[in-house]
Amino acid sequence: MQNKLKNFFLNNWIGISVGLSLFILIFILPQFFVDNTSILMSIRGLIAGITVAYIIYKFIIFKKENPTFKPSESVLLVDIAGSLIAIVIGLLFGLILMLIVNPGQAFQGFSIIIIGGFNRGFKSFGDMIYFSVPLVLSGLSIAFAFKTGLFNIGATGQLTMGAFTAVFIGVKWGAIGELSPFLHWFVALFGAMIIGALWGAIPGFLKAYRNVNEVVTGIMLNYVAMYLNSLLIISYIYNRDYARALDIKDTAVTPLMNLQYLFPDSTSINGGIVVAVVVVIILHVILNKTTFGYELKAVGYNRDASKYAGMNAKRNIVYAMVISGASAGLAGGLMYLVAGKYLQPVNMLIPEGFTGIAISLLGLNTPFGTLIAGLFYGSLEQGGYYLQLLNFTPEIIDVIIAVIIYASALGLFLQKFVIRTLKKREMLVEQGLIDTEKEKQKNIEGSDK
Amino acid sequence: MEYIVEMLNITKEFPGIKANDNVTLQLKKGEIHALLGENGAGKSTLMSVLFGLYVPEKGIIKVRGEEVKIQNPNDANSYGIGMVHQHFKLVHNFTVVENIVLGYEDTKHGFLQFDDAIKKITELSNKYKLKVDPNQLISNISVGMQQRVEILKMLYRDAEILIFDEPTAVLTPQEIEELMLIMKDLTKEGKSVILITHKLQEIKQVSDRCSVLRKGKYIGTVDVKTTSVEKMAEMMVGRKVDFIIDKDVANPKDVVLEVENLSVYNHRLRKNVVTNVSFNIRGGEILCIAGIEGNGQTQLIEGITGLNPISNGKITINGIDISHSSVRQRNLAGISHIPEDRHKHGLVLDYSLEKNLILQTYFKELFQHKGFLKFNEIRINSDNLIERFDIRSSKGSVTSVRSMSGGNQQKVIVAREINRDTDLLIAVQPTRGLDVGAIEYIHKQLIAQRDAGKAILLISLELDEVMNVSDRIMVMYEGENVGEFDPAVVTENELGLYMAGSKRRDQ
Repeated sequence: MQNKLKNFFLNNWIGISVGLSLFILIFILPQFFVDNTSILMSIRGLIAGITVAYIIYKFIIFKKENPTFKPSESVLLVDIAGSLIAIVIGLLFGLILMLIVNPGQAFQGFSIIIIGGFNRGFKSFGDMIYFSVPLVLSGLSIAFAFKTGLFNIGATGQLTMGAFTAVFIGVKWGAIGELSPFLHWFVALFGAMIIGALWGAIPGFLKAYRNVNEVVTGIMLNYVAMYLNSLLIISYIYNRDYARALDIKDTAVTPLMNLQYLFPDSTSINGGIVVAVVVVIILHVILNKTTFGYELKAVGYNRDASKYAGMNAKRNIVYAMVISGASAGLAGGLMYLVAGKYLQPVNMLIPEGFTGIAISLLGLNTPFGTLIAGLFYGSLEQGGYYLQLLNFTPEIIDVIIAVIIYASALGLFLQKFVIRTLKKREMLVEQGLIDTEKEKQKNIEGSDK
Repeated sequence: MEYIVEMLNITKEFPGIKANDNVTLQLKKGEIHALLGENGAGKSTLMSVLFGLYVPEKGIIKVRGEEVKIQNPNDANSYGIGMVHQHFKLVHNFTVVENIVLGYEDTKHGFLQFDDAIKKITELSNKYKLKVDPNQLISNISVGMQQRVEILKMLYRDAEILIFDEPTAVLTPQEIEELMLIMKDLTKEGKSVILITHKLQEIKQVSDRCSVLRKGKYIGTVDVKTTSVEKMAEMMVGRKVDFIIDKDVANPKDVVLEVENLSVYNHRLRKNVVTNVSFNIRGGEILCIAGIEGNGQTQLIEGITGLNPISNGKITINGIDISHSSVRQRNLAGISHIPEDRHKHGLVLDYSLEKNLILQTYFKELFQHKGFLKFNEIRINSDNLIERFDIRSSKGSVTSVRSMSGGNQQKVIVAREINRDTDLLIAVQPTRGLDVGAIEYIHKQLIAQRDAGKAILLISLELDEVMNVSDRIMVMYEGENVGEFDPAVVTENELGLYMAGSKRRDQ
């Protein structure tokens, strides 16, 4: 066992040291340099630098291990390229829209959208992270179910139930907060997760044992959750003066986890992102490294084959929905375990659950992809927020996202396009270096002209 | 001699491969011309070009001496080209006449008029001795009869050139005989027939000339009367082929699988699809279940392997009762299963090769530790099997199974199931859709397993396979066991009568 541990460290020392240094740089060091902006800036630079360097290192290692690697044969790369093209199409469509609505400020506005999370430096960057947390988690919920061949459109309902549970515990169970503030928040979030999981288990059970389509039950349960939420708020935690839920206790508010030092001006950054990243890692490990994930994906890819292999497809469907619901419940909890954000007994479905579908699609239904897609969406939202400085409405962002999703749905076509382009390039290279050199020469000639 | 269809120097490329490379096919008027080749040799592509489904990059098509451009199947129809597809294109809850006129309906004031159509169909049916009743529902007539409806469909549209795509795959020996006679009658009346097949006996029996394709290339055209079957096989495969499988006499040991009075009830059809089937298999012998497709073999196997529940009866393996066990329990009790549909059941196409090779064993201590997969062991396992079973793929263990050829996909399943080393191996049509080389390989593997003392249950629709590989034959008809035979004694003709249900042996 000791040997194993030793080997593990010896084989992965680069990864471990990168992780450790990032942890220290993000969570521990900044608090000692609150007033010194230049040191803070260099810490931020270091974080970005280490991350980029690690990615480049990984890439070089990959190249070394796979010398015959052809980009056109990598499914992942082609998919990513397809997603990127979809994003470009969506952004261009947004630009055209802005040119129609307000041609004078269109390009200025477009640059605001592109800059997104960096419009106000680290303030807007922190805000972007904060807003993307529930989106990432509900996106994970959809993505995980999707890997098992289920479409969890009921994520909104699970999110709503999670949100209510979190707020209820945050309001009523103040006694825990007196023991330990962190524990109160943790219990509230844990409750949200459990209730979200149970709410997700209902369509799971019906799908597995009664073969009821999970989309139908999911949509129905969304409405059940919405009305139940209103009823429960009014019955137990109602603040009549403001027609909303009572304030949660301070101890139940999501802790900042020292992130306020790194993003000093951001009013809303909190530790939610840490939860989201942890969930991303856990789901990634479950899906790719465990027998459980192996079964889940086999059920998702080919239910008949999983049955043939003796896997319990029904049980796996329930498990997948439970985990998916838990993630949605966490999203709900983190959305409302925030000072100044209140659940209201209004008959409206919480939109984050549906946005998660778009994010999951854009993130290729993988945990890390969903994290990146969620942050991207948060950045666009920030862009839309600052777009209001000009004569635009932030709804343009929704249009852009919608077009991106449509374009992603054309994925097959986009992928074919990507594969064709990559193949052409590879063939040119294979035919001999002359062609590439000619191309270079052409470029040089072109620039001369 | 006049050629009615000439396809000259046809080249059709798909990304990465040349499906047809400079292929020439010349069809004389009034002849039966066989198109011979293994799977993937480009037969279907060539016929799709003729039928207007693909447009070739190079080459010209001449019909009746005139150069034509066939852009779509409608063009093909207008030149008098008709095709009987391997899987019939019939609407099951329509009558024969409704199916035949579909797309060419006569109407009067918006109402369908069938009288003329029925008259024409009856005339055609009598002329070519097809014996089709125009008013029967498709779902009520036999597969052979359905094929004749397809033939009538072409004749009704005045087709002069008829393409048959693997027409005998679904027929009994007697039905095949009749089809041969029909084809000969058609040519007597001046029609021309192209017969796509990889069965050499049929070519020898019925056709006049034969063109051979191999890997997209045109090998040659021979006169069937003067060419031996062995010569044609060699042209098709590119090397000498053994038709007779070497095997010793079986040496049966203890009973491995015992099936008693097994019945499977189908709730949708509201009847038993398997009725009171009993048999046993001993270690070291191959029992082959013969029968025409759809006579309960699939349901019987699903009952034995646990994919669907049985309604009655008892299944024991090595003395353990598994009648109501789960699939996993049955697998562990000692069943390996090469499934009928390798894409539906046998493989997870989106998984890599190495992950498909642990489909039933991933949970064993060898491949996991506390729920985490051991990727090193999985890789070692797959590298071993790839070498041992000669599985060819572009990137070895990490190849996506979807990108592999059918023969190699089947090898993946065979490797996985044989490697599990269980007492009973069930192989359901293990050679379906494979080329001659792969069939030879799989038969050798089955016999090697038998010689190693395993019990083998083989389900096959191909009589050649039934006769060559098995040690005992059981015939199923309409879900019942209608007789058991010794392959050394029984003739193919005799088996055919049992398979068609015209004879049965009461147990």
